[in-house]
Amino acid sequence: MTLLECKNLTKKYGNYTALNDMSFQIDGGHIIGLLGPNGSGKTTLIKLIAGLLEPTAGAVYVKEEPIGPASKSVISYLPDHSYLNGNMRVQEIIDFFADFYEDFDSIRAYDMMAKLQINPRQKLKTLSKGTQEKVQLILVMSRHAALYILDEPLAGVDPAARDYILETILSNYDEDASLLISTHLISDIENILDEVIFIQDGRLHTQALVDELREQDHKSIDTIFREVFKC
Amino acid sequence: MPWNLDSDRPIFIQIIEKIQMDIISGLYAPGDKLPSVRELAQAASVNPNTMQKALSELERTGLVYSQRTSGRYITEDTAMIADLKSKLARDIVTQFLNNMQQLGIQQKEIISLICEINKGDGHDTVRM
Repeated sequence: MTLLECKNLTKKYGNYTALNDMSFQIDGGHIIGLLGPNGSGKTTLIKLIAGLLEPTAGAVYVKEEPIGPASKSVISYLPDHSYLNGNMRVQEIIDFFADFYEDFDSIRAYDMMAKLQINPRQKLKTLSKGTQEKVQLILVMSRHAALYILDEPLAGVDPAARDYILETILSNYDEDASLLISTHLISDIENILDEVIFIQDGRLHTQALVDELREQDHKSIDTIFREVFKC
Repeated sequence: MPWNLDSDRPIFIQIIEKIQMDIISGLYAPGDKLPSVRELAQAASVNPNTMQKALSELERTGLVYSQRTSGRYITEDTAMIADLKSKLARDIVTQFLNNMQQLGIQQKEIISLICEINKGDGHDTVRM
């Protein structure tokens, strides 16, 4: 079943076209890498899907419904900036999420916090930047959503924790759910992807299965990316 | 990444090779039950769809078979496993010989090299 469909999606900021007539579909049960150079439109695309921006033209459908309260209840979104109140303790934020999202699993959240040795009694602002990012990712992955959208989930996290987080992602999404992950750390993550979307200058460049790209080019996705977007 | 996979070759092919190796080496005995797709995907740190594809391919070759509800098992056909083993051994030797040819080393030299290194490592001497 088509989980997400973007149809002729265009977004302009004044005269600047951030996304230009982009169309693609995502089915359930996949992990898709959203890859593109800085300023290619990744975050704009993600915000349109999350319902935080209105498209200038075109539309986004989640489970064949236009973006709205229904789509937001099945999308779990990790933004590229924190929006949480730093004065709250981690456990208060967990309660807040449990209150707000019907599909939030507090046990899963506490379990992951414990494995990453995050003390739930600490205030968010007293944690390091990387640890704050881990907290946010845990919150997002603790929902039983149909679509997880992660905007740069690994950027501030050390390599050892990255491995754990990838493992966490793999073990915590439901079989029919999909993940759309935007990142620059392609080599860290490419083995867990089964599909990639390359975007360039606001346009869809490639949508392909990763193993088919590897078979075709005998190169890693990281290398292919470097060649496609060579400066 | 515990399974040590290269990113420049299709992952599903490497998974097939790894499981074949585990069967040949006896880590999985004939008739053993394989872990679930999800468990294997987690152990390998790969996408479950990729693991699924690799297992389907192993099933197609007959090395693994699935029982409708209870999961996947290693074949009990020991002759098939022995065949695979000798095929892989031949592949490795062929590749080795190609490499030696590229270095311009003759067959006689190769054999004496093998004997020499074999002694040096304290292995049992190979009789040629």
